[in-house]
Amino acid sequence: MKNVLEYLEKTAESFPEKTGFTDPLREVSFSQLEDKAKRMANSLRAVRGKPVAVMADRSVDCVEAMLAAVYAGGFYTVIDVNSPESRIKDIMRTLDPAAVIASQSRECLAGKVFKGGEIIIAEDAASEERDEEFLEDVREKMIDTDLLYVLFTSGSSGVPKGTAVSHRSVISYTEWVTKQFGFDEKTSFGSQTPLYFSMSVTDLYSTLRCGGTFNIIPREYFAFPMRLIEVMNSRRINTIYWVPSAMAIISNWDVFSYGRPEYLEKVLFAGETMPVKHLNYWMKALPDCLYANLFGPTETTDICTFYIIDRAFEDRESLPIGRACDNCRVTVVTEDGREAREEEAGELLVSGSFLAEGYYKDKEKTEKAFIQNPLNDSYPERVYRTGDLVRLNHRGELMYLGRKDLQMKRMGFRIEAGEIEAAANAVEGVKASAVIQDSGGRIILIYESRREDAGTIRKKAEERLPSYMIPDEIVRVRRMPYNSNGKIDRARLKENI
Amino acid sequence: MNENVRERIIEILKSVKPGFDFEEKEDLMDSGVLDSMTIVMLASEIKDEFDAGIKVTDIIPENFNSLEGMTRMVERIAAEE
Repeated sequence: MKNVLEYLEKTAESFPEKTGFTDPLREVSFSQLEDKAKRMANSLRAVRGKPVAVMADRSVDCVEAMLAAVYAGGFYTVIDVNSPESRIKDIMRTLDPAAVIASQSRECLAGKVFKGGEIIIAEDAASEERDEEFLEDVREKMIDTDLLYVLFTSGSSGVPKGTAVSHRSVISYTEWVTKQFGFDEKTSFGSQTPLYFSMSVTDLYSTLRCGGTFNIIPREYFAFPMRLIEVMNSRRINTIYWVPSAMAIISNWDVFSYGRPEYLEKVLFAGETMPVKHLNYWMKALPDCLYANLFGPTETTDICTFYIIDRAFEDRESLPIGRACDNCRVTVVTEDGREAREEEAGELLVSGSFLAEGYYKDKEKTEKAFIQNPLNDSYPERVYRTGDLVRLNHRGELMYLGRKDLQMKRMGFRIEAGEIEAAANAVEGVKASAVIQDSGGRIILIYESRREDAGTIRKKAEERLPSYMIPDEIVRVRRMPYNSNGKIDRARLKENI
Repeated sequence: MNENVRERIIEILKSVKPGFDFEEKEDLMDSGVLDSMTIVMLASEIKDEFDAGIKVTDIIPENFNSLEGMTRMVERIAAEE
């Protein structure tokens, strides 16, 4: 197997009429999905081996456009259409796509951010004829290390960076996740995560492989949790893979006292640390479900280690991140470059087929993060430095300790302090700025300036950053504290906040 | 009571969206001024501010689409308690 489209085609053969993807407006069967993506590919003939930007809201339409790009021999980047125009432009500058495929409703936005060529309207492309010869020719020439997508996350230098992931990585990952959790054609996902976010890869490709159903739960349902329970029951959702913040909405409002998801069997979560207090609420209300903590960055497709909850935890304890996934190797390496002993902290390094190819058009960052295995000097072996500090406990489980750098997480999204700081530093009069996250997860921006400028900084941030990166609080200091290395003393800032 | 509750809700709204005029807006949700995560946060803040027993069943669009809706909700809950 060398191409993810084989998942779709095999499933469309086994379960042609079965509903594969749903959103509140429409649903498609696997055979409809295959047919439509193939038709749409005809409008994308110029994208072979090149990037395609997909601009559509989170919907079945968006999934069709993504797969159309793959059928045309290209690779896709799903654009967060709700993020500020300037940020989309930054992404487009790096990606330099050969084509943009947009839903009708996003045509105007696409026109503003893309001047480099034709904008293809998804709805029009769907009425094209299938060109079997073209489709066959594309597939014949593709190999499994061809890129499938480039996914942009926050970048520390202020510009988003694009992680480039191949078919092989997604196939290797999907093989593990579907077998590990026993997904099959009865698996009905209640999908919470955006399609431009690595976690959605799990729901999407597991569904294509196994013939289950991918139900898109719109964001607004998480604002009205009772509707969330209704949709989970009406769609008979039995599997969820959410960020802990989404699960916390349920526990914070004690939703299960008013309604329960009747069909739920598997509860997986990732993207940020799960507070045990919230997990315990879920486990008490739904004791028969399987719960698993998944861990990994976009650079390992989605996940590299996992832990299936097999014992009780006190609210104050931390959950393990467990052990490596099948066909994935993790090593803990100390600062002086040797393998860490039990209970000794070190950086988590990952190797194997889950690894991304690198950062799109960023050789320097790629070489810094994807390095030769420091424990192997016999042959070339690539490892990814996660920047995560971990230790192995006496049970042989990995425990997460924190970050080596200034990366933070909110709602599972990666946030580099540097990206927010770059926005703040662009405001006239701001001499220095630092972003920290307090113990409650709040993002706080501290800036040095002669005058009060929180309003301007907030405006600048809203112009340049997606909403999950907007600081919760903006604080002015007269003088930024520095440590002996001349760097901003973030530890001291944290203490004083 | 009415003015007071209203003013206090305006203060909370101001901290969420500085500079936005919430008066006489009837479609805060549908127009996207308040997104889903903001609503959940807002509900928590109103709950804390008024020490009101807001339940998950109160978090429905008609209570959050306007300043009036939020004010009515807080007053109704206060009356019930």
